[in-house]
Amino acid sequence: MEIREGLLYSKNHEWVKVLDGKAKIGITDYAQSKLGDIVFVELPEIGKELKKGEVICILESVKAASDVYSAVDCSVEEVNDRLSNEPELLNKSPYDDGWICIVSMKNKDQPKELLSPESYKKETEK
Amino acid sequence: MNKWIVPLINEVGSLNKSGVRLPDVKLPFDLPTDLKRKDLNLPGATEPEVVRHYTKLSKLNYAIDEGIYPLGSCTMKYNPKLGEQIANLPDVKNLHPSQDESTIQGLLEIGWSLERMLCEITGMDACTLQPAAGAQGELVGLLIARAYFEALKRGRTQVCLPDSAHGTNPASATMAGYEVIEIPSKKGRVDIDGLKKAVTENTAVFMLTNPNTLGLFEKDIKEIARVVHSKGALLYYDGANLNGLMGWARPGDMGFDIAHLNLHKTFASPHGGGGPGSGPICVKERLSDFLPIPRIKKSGTEERYSLEYDYPKSIGKIHSYYGNWGVIVRAYCYLLLMGNEIKKAAGQAVLNANYLKKKITQSGWYVEPYKDVCKHEFVLSCKKLLEKKGVRALNVAKRLLDYGVHPPTIYFPLIVPECLMIEPTETESKRELDNYAKILRDIAEEDAETLKNAPVSTPVKRVDEVQAARKPLLTWKELVSISAERK
Repeated sequence: MEIREGLLYSKNHEWVKVLDGKAKIGITDYAQSKLGDIVFVELPEIGKELKKGEVICILESVKAASDVYSAVDCSVEEVNDRLSNEPELLNKSPYDDGWICIVSMKNKDQPKELLSPESYKKETEK
Repeated sequence: MNKWIVPLINEVGSLNKSGVRLPDVKLPFDLPTDLKRKDLNLPGATEPEVVRHYTKLSKLNYAIDEGIYPLGSCTMKYNPKLGEQIANLPDVKNLHPSQDESTIQGLLEIGWSLERMLCEITGMDACTLQPAAGAQGELVGLLIARAYFEALKRGRTQVCLPDSAHGTNPASATMAGYEVIEIPSKKGRVDIDGLKKAVTENTAVFMLTNPNTLGLFEKDIKEIARVVHSKGALLYYDGANLNGLMGWARPGDMGFDIAHLNLHKTFASPHGGGGPGSGPICVKERLSDFLPIPRIKKSGTEERYSLEYDYPKSIGKIHSYYGNWGVIVRAYCYLLLMGNEIKKAAGQAVLNANYLKKKITQSGWYVEPYKDVCKHEFVLSCKKLLEKKGVRALNVAKRLLDYGVHPPTIYFPLIVPECLMIEPTETESKRELDNYAKILRDIAEEDAETLKNAPVSTPVKRVDEVQAARKPLLTWKELVSISAERK
């Protein structure tokens, strides 16, 4: 199971890649393995404003529907449209082709509250 | 050649034959040409062809009349044949919903009496039998809560529920226009501190299943009710699991304000397979004005029954006429048949569940996540099978089909990994329970490949669930065209 360097992680198993004021968001390899085959993705609308902890996206796997929570206060700028037709990208390539959206962050300090790859690894071993 | 492959009736019949002889019809006018169609492809089949076709199809089915059906949270109990007989009497079956009230007094009396019985069982004051199933019952219950707060001029926007809740709970709350707040459980039960933090003046309802979906009784229910009511919120009872305490304890006495029941679970009417369900709602007196219309009223010294619409605070109509009567009549029969013995039924259901849990866990393969006495159902994890053999709960469930029994509910509740949720109900004998435990043990000891390829003895083998969800083929025409493409 991969936990990629250079990313930040939330306890709810999302990864965040910070790039000047913006953040790219997806789910971790651990999350996709727990969910099983994902069959449907409800992407957020562009422009949607979210507070940290609010539901940014809904994933449906053969087992269950699960919410993905925003790891930061943000507004949605861009979504990965490919996921609508190819939800399997979340399983096959959670850190690359399976990214969910790019958001602009409201609070530049918030990423500091997220977990490093090492701390996230500990979280998954609990 | 697989003997289970049953051709479609369209494939059996042909257009140039017919099993029925229709009388010549002379219309007094010419049928408009645009109403005449020859492209309907209606199958022509002889009577024996039709009978054989449907008899074969019926043999592909699995039902409670055939064997154990331990789907957790579904209460697949035996449906007494007496209920079928009564519901199929011409005086019941052939009624028209638009008949004059004076001609359906008996039916209305059945409905009225069942409402009183359900109020007694739940400890509530008023009831509607209209909702078509549990999920609609939930929505109706939440709309009643909404109407109640609107009448008090107190807007509330949130519904709280534990993370072990049935998936229908958050769905119903969202449909009723509420924001859903999920409260993480603590040791398989409601975390009182988490509840205290989550419930505020903005909470309309706390929805709870008791016994909960892990089969555990929420022992702190009095304290839960106190916390919820201290903020002016309402407590909602998801009645899916009433079979664990029917006749022993009443949701109304525990402090619940609204309860939905599932007649097709607890009260032994048929269940699943697309048949109608019934999800009555019972409420405390202060909420009764908001129940949907019409309501059954009994009045006068002659005890006339009527359907009344004059309830200005009502949330309105939610079902055509007054609900699914076939189910209502069967549930009424069940309660008359059982009388006070419903208590014994619930007791037996709890005993069966605890016995089966003990028997299954003795094999050492299936792990109990929260060790405790359960009520009518229990949850076990297959994580040990996953670690040791790479076998998942899904594989175990599929393999059970090869042994000729129905699998339990799997992957629910979400808080237990690789889980089986088993509810044997009071229906099963010790012999059946021993057999089920033995099958589960035998399966655990089989090799992984066998389990991953199961089932092998069913009409349809392992289905591709991912493709079924991603690219479902919903009609015969789609199937025919895809098969042609593949050829």
